Amino acid sequence: MPASPPPKIQETLGKPQLQLAVYTNTGRLVEARRNAVRAEAFPDYQELRDHANAVKRHTIENLDYYLEQFEQNVTRRGGHVVFAETGEQVSHFILDLAKKRGSRLIVKSKSMASEEIHLNHHLEEHGLESVETDLGEYILQLNHETPYHIVAPAMHMTRYDVAEIFERELQEKETDPEQQARIARRVLREKFLRADIGISGGNFLVADSGAVLIVENEGNARLSTSVPRIHIAIVGIEKLIPRAQDLAVFLKLLGRSATGQALTSYTSLLNGPRRPGEVDGPEEFYVILLDNGRTRVLESEEKRQALYCIRCGACLNICPVFRKIGGHSYPWVYSGPIGAILTPQIHGVERDPWLPYASSLCGACHEVCPVKIDIPKVLLDLRQDVAQSPSGGGSQALGYRLFARLMSSPMLYRLVDRLRILARPVMGGGWVKSLPAFLNRGPLQGWLAYRDLPGLAPKSFRQQWRARQGGSR
Amino acid sequence: MSAQARDTILGRIRTNLKKGPGLTGPPPAVRIAPPRVAPEAYVASFKERLEALAGRVHHVAQPEEALAIVQGIIGDKSTVASNAPILARCGITRLGNVQSGFTDAASLKEASAQAEYGITSADFALAETGTLVMLSSHEEARMASLVPVRHIAVVETARLLSGLDELLGRLERPNDQTASMVLITGPSRSADIEQILVRGVHGPGEVTVIFVGP
Ligand code: SF4
Repeated sequence: MPASPPPKIQETLGKPQLQLAVYTNTGRLVEARRNAVRAEAFPDYQELRDHANAVKRHTIENLDYYLEQFEQNVTRRGGHVVFAETGEQVSHFILDLAKKRGSRLIVKSKSMASEEIHLNHHLEEHGLESVETDLGEYILQLNHETPYHIVAPAMHMTRYDVAEIFERELQEKETDPEQQARIARRVLREKFLRADIGISGGNFLVADSGAVLIVENEGNARLSTSVPRIHIAIVGIEKLIPRAQDLAVFLKLLGRSATGQALTSYTSLLNGPRRPGEVDGPEEFYVILLDNGRTRVLESEEKRQALYCIRCGACLNICPVFRKIGGHSYPWVYSGPIGAILTPQIHGVERDPWLPYASSLCGACHEVCPVKIDIPKVLLDLRQDVAQSPSGGGSQALGYRLFARLMSSPMLYRLVDRLRILARPVMGGGWVKSLPAFLNRGPLQGWLAYRDLPGLAPKSFRQQWRARQGGSR
Repeated sequence: MSAQARDTILGRIRTNLKKGPGLTGPPPAVRIAPPRVAPEAYVASFKERLEALAGRVHHVAQPEEALAIVQGIIGDKSTVASNAPILARCGITRLGNVQSGFTDAASLKEASAQAEYGITSADFALAETGTLVMLSSHEEARMASLVPVRHIAVVETARLLSGLDELLGRLERPNDQTASMVLITGPSRSADIEQILVRGVHGPGEVTVIFVGP
């Protein structure tokens, strides 16, 4: 078992209030989703999942084709497509544009792609003001934190946490969430009206339309993409779907799986700058298509399904591991089951070899996934990659080889069975929580850091078996 | 930079997928579901859905009735109205406290930021979800339904469709007509703090829809 999961896990497990907040909030989302996909409420749900899986499979298998089609359809309408391999290329492009246009203030609506590349940090280093405008993201930015959850970024906070942050950063004393939202609205409204650049993410890229589709509930994405003179969308290359008509399937699945909504409050389908005759809307429109390791995920035919993800968050909410260890225990911005299959493929399995093991393989994530990603299967494949990686699996593979040998040889098994008497002093009775120092090393150490081991039974299996047979043999 | 990144990315994709340019096969057929609400139930369904989200819905036969409802709501509060012809037909744009006829973004932005109410029409309305469909044009600006504190939409009853499927069945590619199609389903809301529902976080906190005509 590869060791060294982050200390954040222990820290989270030691905070009952945090545990309660995450458990309650994910529980509400689980409930909302379950209600929305009931057969009476959504009769063709299962068929649509199959269909969505097929459409995503087709799109990912032809990603180059649809990217080029998307690009053509953006360009045709006077927009610009920018390909970026890395986060540096993204910030470089934006800094350059801001400089040319003399812009200093940027309003941002939620974009996980921009979280991946720490965009705000880079922009602020160069003297730009980049303000998160989603209520949850705004609170996190004030507190210098990263999102806890891809759909509900401040899920781990209580109103009292927010009150503390607002008092410190905005000199506002307020514990009522409604009033807290008013304060944020007032502060951010002024930013919207002054900003020259609005940055958004995108839930889908529609190839036949050259359009970015954004779903949201607050209206900050609409403001970010309608009021400033320039709109820049930063979106991962895997977010493509072939046709606008495919939205009939994907929008129904996304809202219900994420928050139980048939449609979110706002759904914006945006293609190019404002057209002649249109009263408002941005004069310049850019879509930055971000790779940042995604093309690596395409390498494996079995595991590339991780790119079908539409970021609904349902697998996080239902996951017993996520609900215990929380969103900040994962090594990258994507947490929960989807993080566990995406991160190792993007960073390589060696970087966080424990990650594919942070799952009980209960299968709940697969069951709720609206695009039917077989997450447990991909986790198993990744465990195999870990075992075969140079650093990951040496001792593990050896251990299993020894075990196989032992179990298939009656003579060896009898011998080891006798030796158990020697282990009694350390491992007898109850639960073993620690080992003497000479044993507590290598794989055993990793094992006991996060689990207790059942102690040795008073009688061995062979002894019990003989007793049961009543000495009949 | 971008051109080089483009070639690298497309090249890597083709290498890893072991394919050349072009499609490996046709995409799965589009799946547009049949209507779930019958035309005679459109208004009732729209009302039920939007009211469940704390929106308000009225249905009147005559433009004058719509005007009376609008006056009752906005009183003497400052209001911006879009250039949709139905608003003029109802007499809404002639009200003293209603500013309209905006043709440039800067003045619309300034007026909307001060306005308590924004009044628009809608290109379509979706009965299954209580949704307004806004296509940006010279008649409908994006900001009128977004920046003011509250939103009122005056819509011809004939603009009602069953739902998203019917909409996308009719507009195969909505962006052939407009740079921006926005679906509005209820007021602005957030549940970011303790999952407690708050309305009017950034967009309008109240949405009222008035259907005009049989
Ligand atoms: S993997 Fe599936 S369930 Fe998880 S966030 Fe992505 S789409 Fe949703």
